[in-house]
This record gives sequence, C-alpha cells and structure tokens, in this order.
Amino acid sequence: MSTSTDHGRPDPEATSPAANSEGRPVSDRGDTVCVIGAGASGLTAIKNLREHGFGVDCYERETGVGGAWNWRHDRSPVYASTHLISSKPFTQFPDFPMPDSWPDYPHHGQVLSYFERYADHFDLRSHIWFGTEVIRVQPVEGDRWDVTTRSTGGYGPERTARYAAVVIANGHNWSPKLPRYEGLEQFRGEIMHASSYKDPAQLRGKRVLVVGAGNTGCDIAVEAAQQASRCWHSTRRGYWYAPKYVLGRPADQVNDTLLALRVPLRVRQWLYHWTLRLTVGDLTRFGLPKPDHRVYETHPIANSQLVYYVGHGAIGPVPDVARFHPYAVELADGREIDPEVVVFATGYLPRFEFLDASVFSDSAGAGRPTLWLNAFTPGHPTLAVAGLLQPDSGLFTLSHWQTVLFARLLQARRDRPERATAFAQRVRERAGERYSGPVKDSSRHWFEVGHADYLRAIQRALVELEGK
Amino acid sequence: MSASELRVMRGREWSRPVRPARREVLSAVPELEEGRPPLLFVPGFGHGAWAFAEHWLGHAASRGFPAYAVSLRGHGGSEPAPEATLRAYAHDVVQVAASLPRQAVLVGHGAGALVVAHALARYPARGAVLVAPVFGGWGVLGAALRRNPAGTLPAVFGGPLRLNRGQLFSRELPDEEARRYVGRLGRAGRRAQWALLGEPEAEPAVGAPPVLVLGSPDDRVVPASTLTRVARRYGSAPLLFPGMGHDLMLDARWAEPIDAILDWLEKEPVAH
Repeated sequence: MSTSTDHGRPDPEATSPAANSEGRPVSDRGDTVCVIGAGASGLTAIKNLREHGFGVDCYERETGVGGAWNWRHDRSPVYASTHLISSKPFTQFPDFPMPDSWPDYPHHGQVLSYFERYADHFDLRSHIWFGTEVIRVQPVEGDRWDVTTRSTGGYGPERTARYAAVVIANGHNWSPKLPRYEGLEQFRGEIMHASSYKDPAQLRGKRVLVVGAGNTGCDIAVEAAQQASRCWHSTRRGYWYAPKYVLGRPADQVNDTLLALRVPLRVRQWLYHWTLRLTVGDLTRFGLPKPDHRVYETHPIANSQLVYYVGHGAIGPVPDVARFHPYAVELADGREIDPEVVVFATGYLPRFEFLDASVFSDSAGAGRPTLWLNAFTPGHPTLAVAGLLQPDSGLFTLSHWQTVLFARLLQARRDRPERATAFAQRVRERAGERYSGPVKDSSRHWFEVGHADYLRAIQRALVELEGK
Repeated sequence: MSASELRVMRGREWSRPVRPARREVLSAVPELEEGRPPLLFVPGFGHGAWAFAEHWLGHAASRGFPAYAVSLRGHGGSEPAPEATLRAYAHDVVQVAASLPRQAVLVGHGAGALVVAHALARYPARGAVLVAPVFGGWGVLGAALRRNPAGTLPAVFGGPLRLNRGQLFSRELPDEEARRYVGRLGRAGRRAQWALLGEPEAEPAVGAPPVLVLGSPDDRVVPASTLTRVARRYGSAPLLFPGMGHDLMLDARWAEPIDAILDWLEKEPVAH
C-alpha cells in the first residue's frame, strides 16, 4: 500500500535540479498528487487518492482539518448554533457513516469531530502540511503542475514543487459577497457580514435587520427573534421555507423516497406545495412575499423555526433594502426602519486567488469557471476541483464521488491512456453542463446541483471511463 | 472492481436509513499500542460477541492486535431485533468499524462472513477474513436439513434455526464445554434467515481489501465446495484446518486458525 513518496516532504535542497520558468528551484514530486485544502472535500480527496495508490501532499492554510466546519479557522463561516440542514444519510461520506447515536441533523461541532475521526481513521494527517498556504498553481509541460507554497500569513520562503495532478478543494464559503447599497457608508449602525456572526450574544437586546433568505439568513433571523429586542428579515423575493420534518421523518428522506421512485419534477413540486399547504399554509398572510418560482428552483431553505417566529410576531418580514440613511434603512416599499445592527447574510463567492484566470477560461476572474461535472477543466486533464457544488442535499457524498472519479481518471491515464483521452474529449464537449432543473440564476445558483441528477451523471461518467 | 458495479445512487438507503439499535461490543486490546490494525470479529447467526471473547479476542491482543467483537442486533447482549434484516446487520458492522480508532480488518464467521461481505461494500476495510463462510443458497440448506432436520426445518417457516453439537464442534471438544456453547446460542431474525435462501449477492468491496478465506473440510455446515467457491470469488484458495467443526473459534484446536489469520495479517502489507 505504501509508495516511496509516502512521508516525503517536498524539499528543494534534496531533490532534482529542475527549475521553473523564473529559474527558481522546483522539487519534482513524481507521481504525487497535490490537494489544496483539508476541509471536507480535501480530506476525501486524500483518502480516495491514497486508496487508489497515489501519493498525496495536501496543503492546508490552517492548523487543523475540517475547513469551513472548524470554527477555530479564521475563514470558517459557522456560528455557535450552526446545524446541518441535510439529515445524516445525505451528509455523511458514503463509506464512513456518522454514529447512530447522533441526531438526524448534527451540530457543527459534531461535524468537525466527524472529520477529525475520518482523518485519524484513514491516517490522513501524515499527508497534510498544516499552516501552509498555496500562493500559485501553474501548469507546466506534460500536464504537470508547479505549486508554490509558503507559511500562512506570508512568513518564510516560498517553495515550489512539481506535481502530476492537482485537486483544488479550497472551499467556496469564505469570501463574503457584500451587496452595494446607496448610503451604506453613512450608516451609523453596526454592519456585519454573516461570516463574522458567531454568537447570538452579538444581537442581544438590539434592533436587528437581517438581509438575505439563505439558510444562514434564516438561522440568524431565528436567533435574532429569540435574542434581539426587534428583528426584521429582509428578502428580495418570496421563498419556500421547508420544514426539517414532514410526515414524521426528515424532509429530505421523504423527498428522496420520491426521487428513488423517479417521480417527475412537476409531480414532486405539486406534492411539495400541497404538503406545505397542509402544514404552514399560505405565507403571504404573515406579510411574506409570495414565491415567484416553483419549489426546487432555488437552493432549498430548510428551516422549521422561521415561520414559527414570524407567526409569533418575533420576526418582521420586510422587502428588499432600497438605501441606507445615517440612522435609518429605507425599504423598497418606502417604509423606514431603524435597526442598530445590520447582518448581511448575502452569501459567499468562490475564489481561486492562486490560479491564473486563463486556466479556467474565466477571463472576467469572477470565480466562475466553466467545468464539466463542476470538477473537470477543458484542456487540463490533471486538474480537478472538488466540492464546488451547491447541492440540494449534503455535499460530502458528492465530493467523495468526484474524487473517486478523478483518482480513477488518473489510473486510466497511466494504464489505459486511450480511455483518458476519450474522457478529456467529453470534458471539452460537455463543459458547462447543469445538473438541476430550471434554477433562478444568481451568483449563488450557478453551481447549484440536484444531488440525484448530479450523482447519476457521476455514475455515468465512471461507467464511460471504465467501460463495462 | 469495474465502475459499472459501483453504486453511487443509494436512494433507498438514504430515504429509509436503518433504525439504530444498541449494540454489544466486547474488546481486548494489547497493553502496548504497536500500530497494528484493529480486528473486528463478526459472529454468525445465533452467536454473539461472546463466541470470540472466549479465546480469540485475548489471543489476538496477546499478539499485539487490538481486537473487538460485535453482537449483531438481536444477538448476545445487543438489543432484541426480531425483524432484523441482512442490511441492518451490515449496518451494525459498518457502524462499529467506523467507530474504531483506525481502519479495521473485518473477520466474519459463518453467516457473519456474509454480513462482512455486505459491509465491505460500505466500508473500505484494511482487509477481510471470512471464516467458514455461510453465503446461503439451497446447498447449505440441504446440508443442514440432512444433518439436523429437526433443528433446521422450523427456520424455513420463520422459526428459530437450532444448530446442534455435531454440526458445530469436533469430537475433540469436551462434552461439557460443547453443551455450554450450544446452550448460549440464540437466533437470527427470520427475515435475515430467509435472506440466506436467496443467496444474496454482495456488492463488490470498496477500497480493494485483501481477503482471506478459511474453514474446515470437515465442517458439517459449510461444504468444502462452498469454501472453494467463496475463496475463488476473492481470487484465492481457502486455508483448511482438517478435523475441526464449524465453530473454529470455539473448537478444541481454536488457536490454529487465529494464529494463521494473524500470521497472514503480519505478512500482508495491510498490517503496517
């Protein structure tokens, strides 16, 4: 099971005299694969690449595993009460179940301990360089990659190592997306992005406006309802607020019963609307806007408590923000409210600051690459992105299968090159494919996928790669 | 394993997860941690973790392997589960394996070997050992009916399967011990028993673990031809211990098979 590169560390002094285009020494890591990030997707990349016989060097800018789910990390978006919004069977890695003793929707602290156990169980830590950030990833001849790293924070010398392949698993929930509003600079109250919201104590006794109806926005609105003296929740459009339990079971498990039976989307939408009608009923009577889309057309919001607190008057639904005044916020309908704290739960944008935009043919640098299966780049057969997905379910299973597919692709490059060539051709032809029904387009929804559609596509790609 | 056999979509398992059940896990760990992979022993139908606690757990620990044994639901000290299915048993095994500190080697005995074969599709074990594997089918039923019609026939109709001394042990085992063991036997869920008749095909293992098959040519439950067939499925030949009964972990010469398993693990690269 071991390879000669197992515990080696790229050491420019000790290895080959190769040099990159700038004449700096490059240590050649042979067949080793570089994984960027040791969060959920990075960990499963290490595990699956190792399982398929590859040596792995993983670079992690923080000092622990778990990425976004590790609250100690300065890029972690989790707050004290973060819970999973998909139930356990959809969240866990398919070959490493979460303990039976955990609840249906585990807490973020449990998710972190899950990753720590995963890392220890499969002995992944010995392949991770902690406290090391990747500052440049450059393609070189032979479909290989020069990866330049340094200590997190910019200390110490830069080092460059050459890898046979690269898996980018740097996450997409750390670079806050802040909308622009007229007069925001003059606003005298406190403004924060959800990424810096950690604890409900930050809201206690204050008048709070929460902007954004994603899962985070709804969670924060619910906490504000319990802690703040007043809470407004501003949403651009109406949404479907799915309860976490329906018919006595976690809602996603009920939904997947229908998916397993391949019930068509229209029928599922109808059933869903009907179920909501039976439980929370018509939301417009609370002053919530009527959804302008059918359910399953935006990222699902699983929150049983939002409607509950709206019904108790603890959350005041308001429309979009029009502009800010020094001591007030003007809403789209002309009303003015006077919050002391504004929390922008307006999401995050993917960023690949270490990669030249031309690699992803993303000339605008918008962090919006054109990929096949949200993972494979045309023209770069040894590069994969893991976890760049916004599934209507848990992400980890999807990352797992992405990295299994990539490991098998690398095996095919070695053993059956003609199949790898055919795969590269499919990447060129199908880049940009979508894996969900019609979705409202916004910078958040372009990598939205339906988990069933996506996993079926992965399964087909595996079969096409390896044949019958 | 080819990709066409890989199952990515598991709609039924996601939408109908196995209901948790309290499990009994017995263990013996070496005094000195030597970095060896943990072993997880899975008893067959009717047996509990006690069957391994008798000799094998302690012996494995004395040779430096942390050793654990689980009682499948409805067996031994685990929660009663009359409606248990094969899938629930495999779930129990994967749950315990994933709770161990390091990647484990799964060792299944009898029908427990079938449970292990199913668990291997859901957990990338470091290795697997199938001891006197009962993979089901009419052949096994025929053999059991011939040897022990009164104990076997009720099982066909959902009653308990009662194995007798002659099926499980060689004559070398003192009568008193044999009676004690037979007295401790319980029963598997009827749905799981029926599943054996259908010869349920296990999905291919994930992570390509090395698999060792061993048994006895004088086993009155598993015919030698079955041993060969199971071993061939995993690309090897069975390791044989003539003169022993079906319960290799309890029979008089219990030390020979466990030593062979541990020797194999030490030789295989998996142990390092």
